[in-house]
Amino acid sequence: MYLYVLRRLLYTLPILVGVTLICFSFIHLAPGDPINAVLPENASADVVAQVKAAYGFDKPLPVQYLIWFANVLTGDFGLSIMTRRPVLSEVGPAVAHTALLAVTAILLSFVLGAGLGLAAGMTDRRSTDRAVSTFAVFGISVPHYWLGMILVVIFAVKLHLLPATGMGPSASDLTQFGMEDFRHLLLPAITLAMIPAGIIARSVRATVAEIRRQEFVQTLKGKGLKRPRIFLHVIKNAAPPTIAIMGLQFAQLLGGSILVETVFSWPGTGFLLNAAITTRDLPLLQGTVIVLASFFVLTNVAVDIFQTLLDPRVRRV
Amino acid sequence: MAFTLPRRALLASGAAASLLPRAARAEAKVLRVAMTMADIPLTTGQPSQGGEGQRFMGVTVYDALINWDLSHADIAAPLSPGLALSWEVDAATKTIWTFKLRPDVKFHDGSTFDADAVVWNLDKLTKRDAPNYDQAQATQAATYVASIASYRALDAMTVEITSRAPDAVIPYQVSNIYMSSPARWKEMGGDWTKVAQKPSGTGPWILDSFTPRDRALLHANTGYWDPKRVPKCDRLVLKAMPDATTRVAALLAGEVDWVEAPPPDAVPQLKSAGMNIVTNFYPHVWPYQLSTLPSSPFHDVRVRKAANLAIDRDGLVKLLGGLAVPAKGMVTTGHPWFGKPSFDIRYDPDEAKKLLREAGYGPDKPVRVKFLISTAGSGQMQPLPMNEFVQDNMKDVGIEVTFDTMDWESLRARRRAGCEAPENKGADGLNNSWSFGDPDIGVIATSWSALKPPRGMNWGSFSDPVADDLAARAKVEFDVAKQNELLAQLHARYVDQAMWIWVVHDLNPRAMSPKVKGFVSARSWFQDLTPVSNA
Repeated sequence: MYLYVLRRLLYTLPILVGVTLICFSFIHLAPGDPINAVLPENASADVVAQVKAAYGFDKPLPVQYLIWFANVLTGDFGLSIMTRRPVLSEVGPAVAHTALLAVTAILLSFVLGAGLGLAAGMTDRRSTDRAVSTFAVFGISVPHYWLGMILVVIFAVKLHLLPATGMGPSASDLTQFGMEDFRHLLLPAITLAMIPAGIIARSVRATVAEIRRQEFVQTLKGKGLKRPRIFLHVIKNAAPPTIAIMGLQFAQLLGGSILVETVFSWPGTGFLLNAAITTRDLPLLQGTVIVLASFFVLTNVAVDIFQTLLDPRVRRV
Repeated sequence: MAFTLPRRALLASGAAASLLPRAARAEAKVLRVAMTMADIPLTTGQPSQGGEGQRFMGVTVYDALINWDLSHADIAAPLSPGLALSWEVDAATKTIWTFKLRPDVKFHDGSTFDADAVVWNLDKLTKRDAPNYDQAQATQAATYVASIASYRALDAMTVEITSRAPDAVIPYQVSNIYMSSPARWKEMGGDWTKVAQKPSGTGPWILDSFTPRDRALLHANTGYWDPKRVPKCDRLVLKAMPDATTRVAALLAGEVDWVEAPPPDAVPQLKSAGMNIVTNFYPHVWPYQLSTLPSSPFHDVRVRKAANLAIDRDGLVKLLGGLAVPAKGMVTTGHPWFGKPSFDIRYDPDEAKKLLREAGYGPDKPVRVKFLISTAGSGQMQPLPMNEFVQDNMKDVGIEVTFDTMDWESLRARRRAGCEAPENKGADGLNNSWSFGDPDIGVIATSWSALKPPRGMNWGSFSDPVADDLAARAKVEFDVAKQNELLAQLHARYVDQAMWIWVVHDLNPRAMSPKVKGFVSARSWFQDLTPVSNA
């Protein structure tokens, strides 16, 4: 088991290095310098050259990459070009804000998706199955941006029941999280939960329906086991694939949604990435991507390990 | 209804209070503004993020030696004494400027503003070996300090600044150099990152705290040196809200009192909800800068004039919901620099076709040009529908326009490079919104052939001996009235030469709750929030 975990962790290293390299290369494919956004509108060539040198962008690209990578290995992700704040101090709160949103959304989507998926998978009524399938397709297909705006119009602008934008009064201090903060959290979390809820509902429905058709379930029925006991057996067998899907969805949610966070002015990683991309803030972009990639990879490793614990057959695959 | 109103009022007040920390939720008059920026600008003195950064984190928290008088809605905002009571240039050298400082001014931390503070602030921006040198602020101020050769304190309340060459635009540049407190920097151990969390200027607002990409909380500086500009509101909340639809929703939901740049299609809804839409001229134009290289059809002044006459600006203004006015040149009519151009920029497709025929073009031989445009960007308004509108207009007279569409930062890079740069080969025009806030950027540096990139901002390599002569004279004319006259002649000259295609001036729209009173929409990129009250 330990070897398995170690091997999975070692696999993550080349993936992370690859991510940094791709990110670094892609941003330099676009015309213009990373310092463009910080330069005054009418900066002369002298000013551009001086600022370039000051930020280290006058060096050849491979040298720039190696310097950055060496610094990252020592825990120094550099300073944001736009704000001159340390990248980690920018990414840290953003990750916390997005994690708050992601955890709420994944819990919501699990309750909704798994509940509906189980209901559809366990029932023999076509109407329930169709209703759940319709919800799942809607959840998967609905554009985040559109749904977010519709929810804002209904619940904030028309009904004045929930806030339209932003985090609550605790802002970056999550230890002060209160009811007002929870109200701010609801609309973006519901918006964000729709896609994973749809995916989980579809997946659980299909898995449960398939398990119900398997011989061991027929055997359990034949042995006269009551429906709740059979239900438990089905759930246990349906759990590993559902957990794998939830893990993937959670990892994706941790990456932040540029659209949802922009619609709700939620200062998370999506909002941060959007700002970093539009201002071509290379250190911030690279720092955010590497942190998010680490989360994504580590979450998947954690899910793999958890799946292995639940079902040792996975390790042999 | 009897039961819904109190409930809504209760929820609205809850939303208002929710933008402040719990400790600060007292009965204070609060003004909550939704900005278009995605992040809070640099707070240490020289704000980042261009004109909007200066509007909300420059002139609020800080003063410059020379400020802008933002108290008039009917004239272009003029310069006015700020932390300097007066300034004059040495008549003999024309390079030595003497600034007499305003006495009894205190920074927010209680320390005194004096000549040493000015020298310290210039060190901060120009002297790379100074302990207080700050690259972030130096980058933002690089253009404004580029003309400064040296500086020194003559006495406690007098500062001397020497420019590299005679330059009458120095006062405009000085108005962009904000004074932050040396005492606060020392208190924070010389760490600008810490100063950013607790900055200290001399301005009418004091920054309490900010959360990156979310909000900044400020309160009124009741001891501000200009009693007329002590803020009417007790607190100011600045929210980062880059999405226009989100800003509109926040205003309609009662979460903010003021939104910057509402989208034109939301204006009817905002008006029907009782919101006030405030507009005014400001130094902005939405143009196409034109390549005048021999390889471009725009080398011929007749084609440039035809392109200007091809555009139905009134129709475009209608498309923009009335939030713009047709342009007659770089600056607005009535501006001191407008002058008396003889070429009347209007919608006249017949005249445009006639000019094109004279230039050798016709139905069988259309003018084919390529414009560089962006998908969005500061001051770019609604670039895609506007460009398509112009494209249709141009086609009607025989100019076939194709677009090379890119993101805003790419467009800025292409603009800085100039039309002669290899990456701009084949580009005949560039759609980059423009400010004419000071004589350099607005009039001189765009038309002077000596200021082609990389030296200046003459993207299209426009070259005209008459314009060159006027630009050179305006640059060294220190009498403001005489300088304005030269600038007006220069503007008239390059309008007559149809140097660019000028399309519309943005009207700087803002939407406000009916409770917001007292705002004077200055004809400037900057605005004064101090007279604003929020009942």
